[in-house]
Amino acid sequence: MTLTTEADRAKHALTTMWTIRRFEEAVDDMFARGLMHGTMHLSIGQEAVPTGACMALSEGDYITSTHRGHGHCIAKGAKLDAMMAELLAKETGYCRGRGGSMHIADVATGNLGANGIVAGGVPIAAGAGLAVRMRGGSEVVVSFFGDGAVNEGAWHEGVNLAAIWDLPVVFVCENNRYGMSMSVDRAFNVDTLAERARGYGIPGVTVDGNDPQTVYDAVADAVRRARSGGGPSFVEALTYRWKGHSKSDKNLYRTREEIESWRERDPIAAFEAAVTGGGATAPALSESDVEECRALARDRVREAIRTANAAPDADAATLTDAVYAPAGEPIAGGTRA
Amino acid sequence: MSLTDAADASHTSAPATTRKLSTSKAMVEAVAAEMDRDQDVFVMGEDVGAYGGIFSSTTGLVDRFGPQRVVDTPISESAFIGAAIGAAVEGMRPIAELMFVDFFGVCMDQIYNHMAKIHYESGGNVRVPMVLTTAVGGGYSDGAQHSQCLWGTFAHLPGMKVVAPSNPADAKGLMTSAIRDDNPVVYMFHKGIMGLPWMAKNPRSVGPVPEEDYEVPIGKAAIARPGTDVTIATLSLSVHHALDVADELAGDDIDCEVVDLRSLVPLDTDTILESVGRTGRLLVVDEDYRSFGVSGEIIARVAERDPGMLAAPPVRVAVPDVPIPYARGLEDAVLPTSERIRNAVFGVMGR
Repeated sequence: MTLTTEADRAKHALTTMWTIRRFEEAVDDMFARGLMHGTMHLSIGQEAVPTGACMALSEGDYITSTHRGHGHCIAKGAKLDAMMAELLAKETGYCRGRGGSMHIADVATGNLGANGIVAGGVPIAAGAGLAVRMRGGSEVVVSFFGDGAVNEGAWHEGVNLAAIWDLPVVFVCENNRYGMSMSVDRAFNVDTLAERARGYGIPGVTVDGNDPQTVYDAVADAVRRARSGGGPSFVEALTYRWKGHSKSDKNLYRTREEIESWRERDPIAAFEAAVTGGGATAPALSESDVEECRALARDRVREAIRTANAAPDADAATLTDAVYAPAGEPIAGGTRA
Repeated sequence: MSLTDAADASHTSAPATTRKLSTSKAMVEAVAAEMDRDQDVFVMGEDVGAYGGIFSSTTGLVDRFGPQRVVDTPISESAFIGAAIGAAVEGMRPIAELMFVDFFGVCMDQIYNHMAKIHYESGGNVRVPMVLTTAVGGGYSDGAQHSQCLWGTFAHLPGMKVVAPSNPADAKGLMTSAIRDDNPVVYMFHKGIMGLPWMAKNPRSVGPVPEEDYEVPIGKAAIARPGTDVTIATLSLSVHHALDVADELAGDDIDCEVVDLRSLVPLDTDTILESVGRTGRLLVVDEDYRSFGVSGEIIARVAERDPGMLAAPPVRVAVPDVPIPYARGLEDAVLPTSERIRNAVFGVMGR
């Protein structure tokens, strides 16, 4: 499947990337204006990875996400108003204001959750894969993580477990070149992080993470392998985080020129150019199609803000409600309804 | 059989349908029954298969259910406890065994940041119905990294239930409850009550266990021995030391009531308060470290309700704040032995 030549696919990819960007820009703006509290980790500049990866998934497939997880959540099909409500600490948020940006989980779309712990989702993804296999299911789990996670013990343990048991998991590394301020050049003694896959006996590839098509191709390959019982794979997607790590970041560890050079490789602008005839293929979208995608993303985000703002604040009267699951509710447990 | 009858069976006469089992066999029986009943239940951990669990907590399960449902893992506690969490959020009901609770240091992130918090962080949308079993306790010269109880550490952190049975019947009923619970339950079994042939056995580590399924409710303490003079609140192996002392002191005209807490989270505060309200004296016996732990918590709950119900200052027998030593004499000096409990009872009785 090519995203750049099929109009529906191209629109979906472009709208998804714009929605992630507009959502995060809105969040950034509301935060700066004091309309939102807490902290958040923005993935602006990295939109092609979740977009390409999630387009390679089918309904019923799962993801685990990271502290920088808005993109994964949106690309997997989350409701923007419930996301925004969560960030605005509303009772209607995905986690009723108990979780915030770093803990959004969306059972309906198979998003097993963002995660505030680096590499925390990697063993969990292996476990979801184990559950799928034990039940004889055909679902696949994509575990998103950043470059920093690849040096965490839980990452190594989780990848090894998935490898020795041939679990249907695809490990997708968003290598945005920095774990907070620690550059990959200083944190690794390998040329590509995908080399680590060899140590666990699984395939590993490094791809351009600013191109949704390339990400899609690599993840789709890995998903096919996983779904057919071939075990896990590792996809390293090279990308870049335009914004700081979080609100504490003064960008003292990288140069303005470096940031600027990556902004010139804007994944959305490049994709727009490709789908409107920048490549050798016939244009999939017209300029007005592109404008339509942008407008749709903008309107969706605006509507989400409006809906979320109108919702009731998280209620302190019930703040201990969800510490433990209530007894005797008629669900089997877990996320299955 | 009602739940209450089943729970009481451990401390009173055995119903007709019981036979004697060791605590480990009672645990395995509960796990096997639940695995029969529910295909989503499975066991995962280090040496849980052919080896049968280092403390026989899984003996025979792999022969019955196969290696797909009794899964041996590499020595990768973060990975397999994390994987149990992942399987649980995906709807399975895993039982993951952390071989010694002392090893929690290599996997605590998965336990308290993920297992215990996912339900809350998700606003109640994602459940983690799993059991984390783990062996606790000292008394066999295994040193500072293999002898701790640490239940206070787990009970301190919200989001997981914590149980610690003292006898075979409770071990079975609490395991059944833990597996059926929709929350993560930390199930802490003391090596000294498992009934292992290669370890000094407490005589009550083999006891009557009902054959049929039953649940011992999580969050409900048991009066292991009724008495009128002093309440000894305790749990796990220490229950037996307390019962031994109580039997002995009956001859000295001291009538001890022994409360077997069974669960730390939720803690059965009502039973403790009711007992102390009757006896007016409180001794807490805890094989965990003394400071910032279970013993202080129980005394605080009494003091918060009504310090006036205490006729004498409360007393605690716990591990002094020192790592568990290897030498037998030193280890005996820190564990809550019968001798320390006896002296403490005399103290709280003013004798």
